[in-house]
Amino acid sequence: MQTPPTHPKKRKPFPTHIIVFLAPAVLIYTLFMIYPLIDSLRLSFISNETGGFVGFENYKTLFTNDLWSVRFWGALKNNFVFFLIHMLVQNPIGLLLAALLSRRTLRWTNTYRTLLFMPTMLSVVIIGFIWQLILSPLWGVAEGFMTFVGIEQYFQPWLGLENTTLPTLALISVWQFIGIPMMLFYAALLGIPDELVEAAYVDGATAWTVFWRIKFPLILPTVGIVGILTFVGNFNAFDLIYTVKGALAGPNFSTDIMGTLFFRTFFGQQLQLGNPEMGATVAAIMLLIILVGVLLYMVGWQRRIQTYEA
Amino acid sequence: MSAKKLQRRFTESVIPHTVLLVYLVIAMFPILLVILNSFKARKAIFNNPLMIPTSETFSLEGYATVWERAGFPSYFANSLTVTVVTILLVLIVGAMAAFALSEYPFPGNPLLGIYLALGIMIPIRLGTVGILRLISSLGLVNTLTALILVYTAQGLPLTIFVLQSFMQQVPRELKEAARVDGASEYRIFGLVLPIVRPAIATVAVFVMIPIWNDLWFPLILAPGEKTKTVTLGAQQFLGQFVSDWNAVLASLSLAMIPILVLYLIFSRQLIRGITAGAVK
Repeated sequence: MQTPPTHPKKRKPFPTHIIVFLAPAVLIYTLFMIYPLIDSLRLSFISNETGGFVGFENYKTLFTNDLWSVRFWGALKNNFVFFLIHMLVQNPIGLLLAALLSRRTLRWTNTYRTLLFMPTMLSVVIIGFIWQLILSPLWGVAEGFMTFVGIEQYFQPWLGLENTTLPTLALISVWQFIGIPMMLFYAALLGIPDELVEAAYVDGATAWTVFWRIKFPLILPTVGIVGILTFVGNFNAFDLIYTVKGALAGPNFSTDIMGTLFFRTFFGQQLQLGNPEMGATVAAIMLLIILVGVLLYMVGWQRRIQTYEA
Repeated sequence: MSAKKLQRRFTESVIPHTVLLVYLVIAMFPILLVILNSFKARKAIFNNPLMIPTSETFSLEGYATVWERAGFPSYFANSLTVTVVTILLVLIVGAMAAFALSEYPFPGNPLLGIYLALGIMIPIRLGTVGILRLISSLGLVNTLTALILVYTAQGLPLTIFVLQSFMQQVPRELKEAARVDGASEYRIFGLVLPIVRPAIATVAVFVMIPIWNDLWFPLILAPGEKTKTVTLGAQQFLGQFVSDWNAVLASLSLAMIPILVLYLIFSRQLIRGITAGAVK
């Protein structure tokens, strides 16, 4: 029969120091993060006209009212496209770069790593303008490059056309943030013990097989982390679209994502007054989407991986 | 035999370097293009964007325009104030909380840890409606204080989470020995801090970058001319001067260069921080 270990209980003076240590952080965090979030959730159940409680009326308006629903479903769809492009382009390329960088025999990896991470450090505002200049038909850098390669007939003002602007913006964002998955994968790959890999090479496995059969399964937890970070980051994005296309997310709302919709709804635009209650409703839905994503990750990915490891 | 060796060399060295170099060009080209052209006269910018500035094409007219027309020195001072004060607050307040969570097994400790970690996944932006209401009821709209308070709340969750896990690794004996010598709990906190210095440096960078680069909160909480940050100032300046290419390129370069220099100086520590878990 086993008995749980017992902790001897000592009566100590009231632990003032614990309160002193914790109070400032808990106060600032609660007052400027948690309280506004809850206040914002509360507002999403308040009517903009009467100021009274209306239940889920704002949500219903957003989902079904003709004035609102087109913009809402459009932004939601665009946001998923934005996220998918990141998942399909940013994260695989990040993984490829990390796989190459983590080869122990390769030289100059420090230099590569430092320079490849550089765009990630810069402000989205700067990145947005730089690419606007490069892709501008006025300056002609992109067009000149395509002429040089001999594919100038495919040049288009990608940041101005309705069906190309969103993918172009997503790729600009991919270009900037590729450093994050690269670094996370890189760290995970470096953490794999040498013996595991050496043994496989001795058995005659190729680098390709070793990567997919040994290394990749071992870094699956990082794959999940990269996925959820991309998800949260993309469903919270705003700066790039606002910088390049403004709050109206043109042309014809084709680049409108949840962040720009939230900003417009809350702050207003040329023809429309700001509406804090509807803004709070949009924010509440963004919160819900992010929470669902995080939950799916925790239940569907992290848990399963832990069972495999056990 | 030698053919096989050659092939091995090819797959182990030539292919990786080729791929990495190609991507290096993709990553660096836009940045270099802007910086190089910012030092050229207008005609040269358009006629030959890929040329480096020569004695004939060299010009600082863009920088002169930016210096005269925009309040960049003041924007820069605002960004610096907000970032430095926030970092100090986040590190001091965050380290104290992390120490309490890692050191004392008081009732409710794990729950408080989870509560404080919520902010890592939930973006603070989603509470913007509530934040603006709170800030205006406190009379802090268009003040740097508003930005500092919000950014401190934003930075605390990650700081506490990371520092807590590093503080847990500090050997118990060290702290017990100090206690036996009669040191107060505050003194012991002072003992632990220098030990987790590398973690503090990494956290500082990770908290700093998003604050320096943020557009959202300056736009909403402090858009006034006196409180504008560099990022917001650059965004508005660039929007107005789209036709003055010299000025646009110069202001982009001015906004980039400080961060790039800082990054190149600290990149070693920063990258070591990111990969800390793996390389020991």
